[in-house]
Amino acid sequence: MVILFYIAAIVAILAALGVVLQKTPVYSALLLIVVLCSLAVIYLLLGAEFIAFIQVIVYAGAIMVLFVLVIMLLNARRETPGQGSRMARWLGGPLLVVFLAEIVLAAWRQFPGAASPPPLNAGPAAIGQLLFRSYVLPFEVTSILILVAILGAVVLAKKS
Amino acid sequence: MDTSSDTAFFLGVTVVKVVVILWVLLTATAYLTWLERKVVAHIQSRWGPYRVGPHGLLQPLADGLKFLFKEDIVPADADRVIYWLAPFIAFTLAFLAIAVIPFGGSFSFHGHVIPFQITDLDVGLLFVLAVTSLGVYSIALAGWSSNSKYPLFGGLRSSAQMISYELSLGLALIGVLMITGTLSLRGIVEYQQQHGMWNIFKQPVGFLVYFTAAIAETNRVPFDLPEGETELVGGYHTEYSSFKFAMFFIAEYANMVTVSCVATLLFFGGWLGPLFGPPWLRTWLPVFWFCFKVFCFLFFYIWLRGTLPRFRYDQLMAFGWKVLLPVALLNILVTGAVVAASS
Repeated sequence: MVILFYIAAIVAILAALGVVLQKTPVYSALLLIVVLCSLAVIYLLLGAEFIAFIQVIVYAGAIMVLFVLVIMLLNARRETPGQGSRMARWLGGPLLVVFLAEIVLAAWRQFPGAASPPPLNAGPAAIGQLLFRSYVLPFEVTSILILVAILGAVVLAKKS
Repeated sequence: MDTSSDTAFFLGVTVVKVVVILWVLLTATAYLTWLERKVVAHIQSRWGPYRVGPHGLLQPLADGLKFLFKEDIVPADADRVIYWLAPFIAFTLAFLAIAVIPFGGSFSFHGHVIPFQITDLDVGLLFVLAVTSLGVYSIALAGWSSNSKYPLFGGLRSSAQMISYELSLGLALIGVLMITGTLSLRGIVEYQQQHGMWNIFKQPVGFLVYFTAAIAETNRVPFDLPEGETELVGGYHTEYSSFKFAMFFIAEYANMVTVSCVATLLFFGGWLGPLFGPPWLRTWLPVFWFCFKVFCFLFFYIWLRGTLPRFRYDQLMAFGWKVLLPVALLNILVTGAVVAASS
């Protein structure tokens, strides 16, 4: 189990670095899918099978398909770094250190000394009850937000 | 028995199961191509393959050898990494889904109870959906990486088609999940056993929507626009040759088997059927019933191909979004109302 966790974690980190460092958009998108799938493996190791497969279905199977589709339609090949990239090179390093420190600190505060978080109760029934009982208002508000976004996209597309 | 030898036994059994099931599935897909050529030939008053072996029974082997020995051509402008990756993705995903499909009850061997299934996941159905939802990448990437116009059109069509129909496919299954209350494929069959009735009688609309969407997901006639020969030469795999083409081909047929397995499990009682005879027959009859039902679906697939013409692309999209999706949603509403009223 621990070995599997380290494999999944290392793959996720390397692929995530690849997403940022790649110059060809399609490779970046594919590596992002690898990141999402290795995160799903980590969810599986935590005993959250439902979340793991939903992660794959929603992110890898639906959202990333749209990314890849758009890249295919634009036929985007290798990109050359522009003006913005130079700024990113100077600001990127310091920002990276700050964010990393923040994440480590947060993890440390949450689980002081613990090797791994406690097992989750993340079956479909438990998640359904959380979504539709405790958090029903945020859930519904989010769905309305998404609906508004879809309508907006349709209106914008019809204009031209 | 101590736990370490138990673990070793479990591992050994699992490896044997994986090997046997992969072998059966590969042989089945190979002979599915033979069956398809034969059935379509007879529908069209022809003989079909007849020369290689009796009734052409060795034709799949001959085809396999032919694929192996043909020249493997890579287009000059292709994106090589992705061009290589695409058929492997298709092949792997097509065979991954079978891991959670239960073929029968269980049998005992040296005091161990061994289920007819590689692994029983609590959320087995979600696993199948997750694996099939990734299948679109192989086709989209194959079309894109060939860097040629017909494959690109095929890949684009296919991506759009699969995204559209995946939605109806998932929604059609929700009706069954609402009734049975479980995502485990074994659990869904056991529910049908307890209630003495196949789910098809409770969810006829769900089944029709599921199977229609599934045919579109597997790119078969009448929804085989991604590879429509008459307009796209061959679609997304136009530029593929030799064994890489064979991998796409095998993956397509393996996907048909998976879709038929899911339909059998969810709507037609899986391995349930009349049991009789001595104990060993009672153990193996369920496996036979399961295979028989899956075979019926596969035959139906081929029958459709011999009968129906291809849709036009705009008809396909309109059908998916304006007919199938609303019907699937309505099915969920009605099922929900019935479940709420009866509980």
